[in-house]
Amino acid sequence: MKTCLIVDDSNVIRKVARRILEDLNFSADEAADGQEALDKCRQEMPDVILLDWNMPVMDGMEFLIALRQEDGGKDPKVVFCTTENDVSHIMKAMRSGANEYIMKPFDKEIVEAKFTEIGLV
Amino acid sequence: MTPQDRDLLYGVLKEQSGLVLTGDKDYLLESRLMPIARRHGLASVGELVAKMRLPGSTGVKSEVVEAMTTNESFFFRDKLPFLNFTETMMPEILKTRAATKRLRIWCSAASTGQEPYSLAICLKEMSERLAGWKIEILGTDISPEVLEKAKTGLYSQFEVQRGLPINMLVDYFTQVGDMWQIDSAIRAMVNYREFNLLDGFSALGKFDIVFCRNVLIYFDQPTKSQVLDRIAAQMDPQSYLVLGAAETIIGLSDKYKSVSGKRGLYEIASAGPAVGASNIDRPVFAARPAMSGAA
Repeated sequence: MKTCLIVDDSNVIRKVARRILEDLNFSADEAADGQEALDKCRQEMPDVILLDWNMPVMDGMEFLIALRQEDGGKDPKVVFCTTENDVSHIMKAMRSGANEYIMKPFDKEIVEAKFTEIGLV
Repeated sequence: MTPQDRDLLYGVLKEQSGLVLTGDKDYLLESRLMPIARRHGLASVGELVAKMRLPGSTGVKSEVVEAMTTNESFFFRDKLPFLNFTETMMPEILKTRAATKRLRIWCSAASTGQEPYSLAICLKEMSERLAGWKIEILGTDISPEVLEKAKTGLYSQFEVQRGLPINMLVDYFTQVGDMWQIDSAIRAMVNYREFNLLDGFSALGKFDIVFCRNVLIYFDQPTKSQVLDRIAAQMDPQSYLVLGAAETIIGLSDKYKSVSGKRGLYEIASAGPAVGASNIDRPVFAARPAMSGAA
């Protein structure tokens, strides 16, 4: 079973995402900010990370840059999942090593489509 | 909804669009037609049908037909047909049409434009190999409303996230308020035209590739056969037909042969000796090694 780390400061979003991912046969773990996510990744890299942008402590972009410099940190696919929906944010994310980008609000179809895009479903 | 209501609806749909509904489709009818009933200040689909029985109900009838025949569509739907397009069909077309450098593609159920635009994007991505080519994509649909949307090329954030890789969104779309608009260069590659598949095809001209996905499912067997045969008449040899994932040619038309190993992809059967059931693929593809090499 593939593993997905859900990184979002909203408990509600994490729950919604977890339900969708478990439906898609992923084993899901959660982190409330970038630092917590980085700590979890240092223990074990997940197959994919669903990543919010705006979070306290360490935001999604800081996390992504830090992750990609870790040992094995280039392995996980990173899918941004954020309300930031303008082209400049999208391009910045992709240039910084994200693999796909979801603009909130999202539903199961979108997550499934995007995960298919990067070969995970 | 009474059985009489259902009969009337099924009758109007068959007559005006060729759409054949059988059995209990009440859920589908309710979900598609309640919005129309409400728009007319009616409380139920039953009342809407009553209105359809009145003289001068042509407008309501066409609204009903349109609502029932509109499909939800998304970019690169099912992926495989577009992979087949770039990796199987186009390499062959580049060879077989090298002299004329002309390519005409027909999306026969273009709906809100995602399919023709997906093909246009595929072509754009391989434009280096298509220098000097004259390419036309024709998108037709029975519904003028969906074609209006197709022409504007404006899609919601939900629509552009189903099937479209983020890089293509950035490359080929511009954000317009809450919506995303496909670039004018891509829009200019597609012509749209209101068209009923039950009407004659000859005015549309000849095509090299026809996408006819998820529309035959609404027709009964004789209508399916007829439409397929009439599409074949608009195509020369070495032309392709693409059907939906759940659709097949088998038992419906002998004008096509399936392309070996490519689900949903068919080629016009060449004239001459009839192709027997036992040797559908082999003799044809032995002469065309490029086909089997594509993945």
